[in-house]
Amino acid sequence: MGGGPAKLRPVQPIISISKLSKTYATGQQALKNVDLEIRRGEIFGLLGPNGAGKTTLIGVVCGIVTPSAGTVTVAGHDILRDWRAARTMIGLVPQELTNNAFDSVWGTVRFSRGLFGKPPDAARLRRVLEDLSLWERRDSRVMTLSGGMKRRMLIAKALAHDPQILFLDEPTAGVDVELRQGMWQAVRRLRDAGATIILTTHYIEEAELMADRIGVINHGEIVVVDDKAALMRRLGRKQLTLELQAPLEAVPAALAARGLALAAGGRELVYTYDAQAEASGIADLLGELEQVGIGFRDLRTTQSSLEDIFVDLVRERR
Amino acid sequence: MNLHAIRAIYLYEMARTGRTLLQSIVAPVVTTSLYFIVFGAAIGTRIAEIEGVAYGAFIVPGLVMLMLLTQSVSNASFGIFMPRFTGTFYEILSAPVSALEIVIGYVGAATTKSVVLGLVILATASLFVPLRIAHPAWMLGFLLLTAVTFSLLGFIIGVWAEGFEQLQFVPLLIITPLTFLGGTFYSIDVLPPAWQTVTLFNPVVYLVSGFRWSFYEIADVRVGVSLAMTAAFLAACLAAVWWIFKTGYRLKA
Ligand SMILES: Nc1ncnc2c1ncn2[C@@H]1O[C@H](COP(=O)(O)OP(=O)(O)OP(=O)(O)O)[C@@H](O)[C@H]1O
Ligand SMILES: [Mg+2]
Repeated sequence: MGGGPAKLRPVQPIISISKLSKTYATGQQALKNVDLEIRRGEIFGLLGPNGAGKTTLIGVVCGIVTPSAGTVTVAGHDILRDWRAARTMIGLVPQELTNNAFDSVWGTVRFSRGLFGKPPDAARLRRVLEDLSLWERRDSRVMTLSGGMKRRMLIAKALAHDPQILFLDEPTAGVDVELRQGMWQAVRRLRDAGATIILTTHYIEEAELMADRIGVINHGEIVVVDDKAALMRRLGRKQLTLELQAPLEAVPAALAARGLALAAGGRELVYTYDAQAEASGIADLLGELEQVGIGFRDLRTTQSSLEDIFVDLVRERR
Repeated sequence: MNLHAIRAIYLYEMARTGRTLLQSIVAPVVTTSLYFIVFGAAIGTRIAEIEGVAYGAFIVPGLVMLMLLTQSVSNASFGIFMPRFTGTFYEILSAPVSALEIVIGYVGAATTKSVVLGLVILATASLFVPLRIAHPAWMLGFLLLTAVTFSLLGFIIGVWAEGFEQLQFVPLLIITPLTFLGGTFYSIDVLPPAWQTVTLFNPVVYLVSGFRWSFYEIADVRVGVSLAMTAAFLAACLAAVWWIFKTGYRLKA
């Protein structure tokens, strides 16, 4: 795996999903005509409410769920025709905490490496376990681990065969704050070593913190995919709220062009502006207010987070 | 061929036996010993010889078969049922392993256990009754063929079962009765003619008969027929396994 600074990384897709649909035997349509490209070397955040189809999408790419229609290629290998080449490249950390209770941590990690066709390599596995603070517990039976440790053990299993692509389905559910930081550091290190990472999470701050690009899925459809920064710029807003000294009946005509709105029964004036624009226009606005004689007691600004964007997007589609 | 994967699955399954050595080896040995004490030493001395073979010795091949069938089925079914039940099967589905490799790993391990167990039981039997093996190569051949075939059947049951009840249902309610009625404890010649015909629909008759022939050269049906029937059953199990993986039956959503 050849690492390199972010700017030199080519923007070619490592996973191409095209017109992918999945209808379960129950008749539930979990994916509807999904098109998605994951770029080599990026951290991609897949966001969506419960039941949106995140796990199903991951399941199809990893070979656990049979697609109903559409194609998926991994580094050019079709996941159905060329499944062996495709799967060798992928590591999966499932959402559910599943484990063979009676095995030792070491045994289960070694099993994973063999299963993916790699020769035994104790030094490599040791590094994987150390990175996830599990080395001390290598001889413990899996059932004696705490929930967070089990989660990290699943990550160790997924990394045991040195995959180039790592799927993390809600990896930090049940992991404490400190270990979560450690986990993210490990993920970043992987990315810096050239791996591609796709993660789903319900903690939106996490996607905001970690992901290079973000895709939002809802009701089995991809709603939006974009660079995190672009997404926040495109959909994010910033608001300036002025608490007025005297309530207003209406926005004065002189200020009509600025797109102001009244709130709190006329006691607040709200100015919405593009957070990323060169000039916010705040200075001009305050000058104009003084000219028309509107005084204010206090002011505050708020910025819509990815969470607000996410909630807006999901609500729109309902 | 993903040899590392076959090795991983095989060793994993063998390690599972290691952990459950008591159930896997000791329990069947104790059970068969009880049979030999009761039927061989206690009651057997009062039962007439069958075609020149003492009753205690006569039942040895049948008892080995009884253990071989039940243990192959329960071992193999448990081996594949557990990862399905706990959810860890996701890993095997997502791994670059073919159906054939999965089957070789699981069924290979179950077969190994069964063959070892069969030999251990034979050794145990030789402590109780005088044992004579006329055709050791044939004996091993039948042992291996039966172990493979019923481990495959166990694999199928392990994929089909949706709970522990179903997992135990087949060994308990189908394999055991078929074995008892399949000439384990008697030659089917002793049955009335009508029942002899019915018995010929029991596949276990052919296994026991062929296996017993390799010991004492006495058989209820010709050896060639025994071999052909076992092979046919093996082919049927292979076809079922092939279908399971082709359709993803109960393995994939
Ligand atoms: N094996 C299955 N059989 C039938 N329906 C299923 C199956 N698995 C998932 N579904 C349905 O498919 C839809 C998508 O489920 P999926 O698990 O992909 O959602 P998700 O986005 O991962 O949700 P969550 O955030 O809760 O994990 C849901 O309506 C779910 O009930
Ligand atoms: Mg999910």
